Amino acid sequence: MEDIGNLMQGFAVALTWKNLLFMLIGILLGVLIGVLPGLGGANGVAILLPLTFSMPPTSAIIMLSCIYWGALFGGAITSILFNIPGEPWSVATTFDGYPMAQQGRAGEAMTAAFTSSFIGAFVAVLVITFLAPLVAKFALKFGPAEYFAVQFLTFCSFIGMSREPPAKTIAAMMMGFALAAVGLDTVTGQLRMTFGHTELLQGFDFLIAVIGLFGLGEILLTMEEGLAFKGAKGRIDLNIVLETWKKLPRYWMTSLRGCLIGCWMGITPGGATPASFMSYGMARRMSKDRDSFGNGNIEGVIAPETAAHAAGTSALLPMLTLGIPGSPTAAVLLGGLLIWGLQPGPLLFVEKKEFVWGLIASMYLGNIVGLLIVLTTVPWWAAILRIPFSIIAPVIVVICAVGAYTVHHNMFDVVMMLVFGIVGYFFKKLRYPLAPLVLALVLGDMAETAFRQSMLLSGGTVGIFWSNGLVGSIMTLALVLLCWPLVSAGLDLWRKRLRAAESAADRTPEPAKAGKP
Amino acid sequence: MNRKIFRKAALAAALAAGVFAAQAPAYAWEPTKPVEFIVPAGTGGGADQMARFLQGVVAKHNLMKQPFVVVNKSGGAGAEGFLDVKNAKGEPHKVIITLSNLFTTPLATGVPFNWKDLTPVAMLALDEFVLWVNAEAPYKTAADYVNALKAGNAGQYKMAGTGSKQEDQIITVALEKTVGKKMTYVPFKGGGDVAVQLVGKHVDSTVNNPIEAIAHWRSGALRPLCVFDGKPMPYPTKVTATMSWQDIPTCKSAGLDVEYVMLRGIFMPAGVGQDVVDFYIDLFKKVRELPEWKKYTEDAAFNTTFMTGKDYVEWVTKAEATHRQLMQEAGFLAK
Amino acid sequence: MSDNAQGGTAAGGGGLATRWVELVVALLIVAGGAVVVTDSLRLGAKWGSDGPEAGYFPFLVGSALLLSGGWIVANVLWRWRKLASSVFVEWSALKPVLMMLLPSIAYVVLIKFIGLYVASAIFIGAFMVWRGKYGALPTASVALGVPVALFLLFEIWFLVPLPKGPLEHLIGY
Repeated sequence: MEDIGNLMQGFAVALTWKNLLFMLIGILLGVLIGVLPGLGGANGVAILLPLTFSMPPTSAIIMLSCIYWGALFGGAITSILFNIPGEPWSVATTFDGYPMAQQGRAGEAMTAAFTSSFIGAFVAVLVITFLAPLVAKFALKFGPAEYFAVQFLTFCSFIGMSREPPAKTIAAMMMGFALAAVGLDTVTGQLRMTFGHTELLQGFDFLIAVIGLFGLGEILLTMEEGLAFKGAKGRIDLNIVLETWKKLPRYWMTSLRGCLIGCWMGITPGGATPASFMSYGMARRMSKDRDSFGNGNIEGVIAPETAAHAAGTSALLPMLTLGIPGSPTAAVLLGGLLIWGLQPGPLLFVEKKEFVWGLIASMYLGNIVGLLIVLTTVPWWAAILRIPFSIIAPVIVVICAVGAYTVHHNMFDVVMMLVFGIVGYFFKKLRYPLAPLVLALVLGDMAETAFRQSMLLSGGTVGIFWSNGLVGSIMTLALVLLCWPLVSAGLDLWRKRLRAAESAADRTPEPAKAGKP
Repeated sequence: MNRKIFRKAALAAALAAGVFAAQAPAYAWEPTKPVEFIVPAGTGGGADQMARFLQGVVAKHNLMKQPFVVVNKSGGAGAEGFLDVKNAKGEPHKVIITLSNLFTTPLATGVPFNWKDLTPVAMLALDEFVLWVNAEAPYKTAADYVNALKAGNAGQYKMAGTGSKQEDQIITVALEKTVGKKMTYVPFKGGGDVAVQLVGKHVDSTVNNPIEAIAHWRSGALRPLCVFDGKPMPYPTKVTATMSWQDIPTCKSAGLDVEYVMLRGIFMPAGVGQDVVDFYIDLFKKVRELPEWKKYTEDAAFNTTFMTGKDYVEWVTKAEATHRQLMQEAGFLAK
Repeated sequence: MSDNAQGGTAAGGGGLATRWVELVVALLIVAGGAVVVTDSLRLGAKWGSDGPEAGYFPFLVGSALLLSGGWIVANVLWRWRKLASSVFVEWSALKPVLMMLLPSIAYVVLIKFIGLYVASAIFIGAFMVWRGKYGALPTASVALGVPVALFLLFEIWFLVPLPKGPLEHLIGY
């Protein structure tokens, strides 16, 4: 109960008009940063960090964390409208968000995305408020073996059940892994596959690949199919928000699952991007209507957005309690704390109560303010689709170029973005799936490093992955998920036979299963 | 020691500069557009923090008419950032902050750059390295730990550190050589991760910088054994209930004859005029006089030696030779 | 949905044959696999005393690329006759694609020489006049407005430098 008292004091700190103003500015800047691909939450916070030195630390962290919430909200916007993920964690949102926009349901997709983000964040803040010390201890249990297990689990929950030819799925995935390996190897310090080219030292950034493959590739496809965005006729009034809200309670299970996955991935810390993929993968697996995923299923928007926001928010917990950043943005905020003379760690909660609880209170308020702001802008964003294609197409290419450049401040990346765009066009037309490529590019490097760190610790024996209950159960769960398609195919077959036998027996027709969206 | 004398001289010079600054003197050269501050490491690390700190205080106290713009170029263990500065010959609006990767990256990877391709500006500080163990471990002193290492099997004790073939691993190899027993070195991406691995008891020891481990020390999770420097750190303020940075003995006094400090220095592209270099030297001298800088360096327990000109070049030349020798002995040089 | 694309390809007229595109892409994948395998052998691809070496996983990945690429090649050759009638993209549909792609390439090349802001203005302006047949006023407002907004946002507000050329140097950036 002491926590609630502290929280109330925190609200008193956060609810001054000055702090509310900083909150508003932070959210607006954050949405802008989130919308621009390449300029992520981490850059945004880093860029504005020096400006906050002359502010009191509590106001400063409130504004910076609001930039972070804004970026989390904003990432979904371009994913849905143009298939360009504004942030790494909104890649999974494109899978169904963009098809929805093409069907004229952009407003619905955005409302679902924003609302789910809010729910995810809210649950994560509740976790932070009430379970902080407990959860912090849990995060300490994570060594390299456990990290690897979590990444393996993400991977296993996502792959399988692809509708594309298996050889092409494998080829695409392996391309992702190969691209992830380019650059400096963390474990041995050797350069891999750079062939003496200094441009390749930094490796292939996942965002550049994604901006090219999804964003530019999509523009090329659109050109081929005629000079217009589909879905321009979508409705653009605020009623769409209320109508979508009426539908959302139906998907409470997807939301709940997204929250759990997100909080778990944020605390461990696996990160928001893997969390969004894992949540999307799980939603598809658990859905009765598996085939509609990728064709504009609203659950395909709810699942990754809930998880990404829950993970992004709960990633702040290990930062505050342990000084481990659960995300790149958290890493920058951590630097900020140090510069303001605050030492993150277990003592922060004791010594700087006002600061910590002010921050936590601002998480509640910031998310509420953020949701209100982004929801009111839904019609505006949807209206962008009505701009004629011959104006918006070159502007999108310009934004893709700016996005690719700002990731590393490197012209070579812009050229690579073009190459990825062409690859994206060909792959999409030849039915090579892009999602496994992107997932492999995100996870490849991290997973390999964690695996080899574990091997160093264990002296080269794989037994380390079953050396304690935690890592063992994650690994086992991952393997079960990996084999699940086979099991479920078997079950389906068995069920079908049973049903065939039944219907043959009493000759009652099955209620029409198809037709439901 | 002449270091002390030098420090006094620097102080006097800085004070003088401070007095002049108040009268807004006309410089021989001044930046006419935003100055790029390259960080050859990712966002959130020690070098990045320092760069953004400098950016913030320079703007806050209006020490420069144009702002610093921090740009992270971390690819290839920082090679990307150094190459960028190397290729910007004659550009006065670009500075870079260094870590030890100024020496280790070209030696370990063979990427073609050297500090001689750059113009040295100033040494801002030296970062210390401390040997840490988990507070629940039985080793109370460095000698205890060394004895345990000697008694154990090769590779039995695990050391976590930042990066591969970089400063942490170099210290580990030097430590192995002194003790005469191999350890298992496990590289991680950032210093924060390394400290947490030790708190979680996934490894036996680390050589974290003070700032990376201080939070866990204060909370009672970690224990410092010794500092890898010639003399103890000069900060007598109590950090925990019983200890200050000053109370940590040197490793040498504990029988571990290993010394290592990391350069936090500023370089510029080659081919810039002396007036340009003087401008930046003057700027950093002013920063060193700020109360914010004093608080920042004390929190991070930096060794705040300041050097410019010939002294700095000599120091860097010596440091490069030391790195080459250490890395050659460890077999880390690029083939 | 994809009906549109299929509708387009079925409309007759010559085009780029699917089988050749399939074959070339698969061969490129095989080549990529070969590159990865070669470099991982250089790094060492064995399972050493303390776990896998730097090239161990890349070697597996490269091999998988070789195998899957080879599989696709074999598959295409196997169905070579069957694929004869399939068209990857018609020449008439390829034209608009190239009309987007080639200016984009030119744009990226331009960035290198005259900076991102001026290149963006030219690119947007040219595209609007050429493809959209817009008049001078709307063209100028978008073509100048976007780069100016970007300039304010990145160079002045966020202090993130983007590639600049002679014009920006002239005004002191």
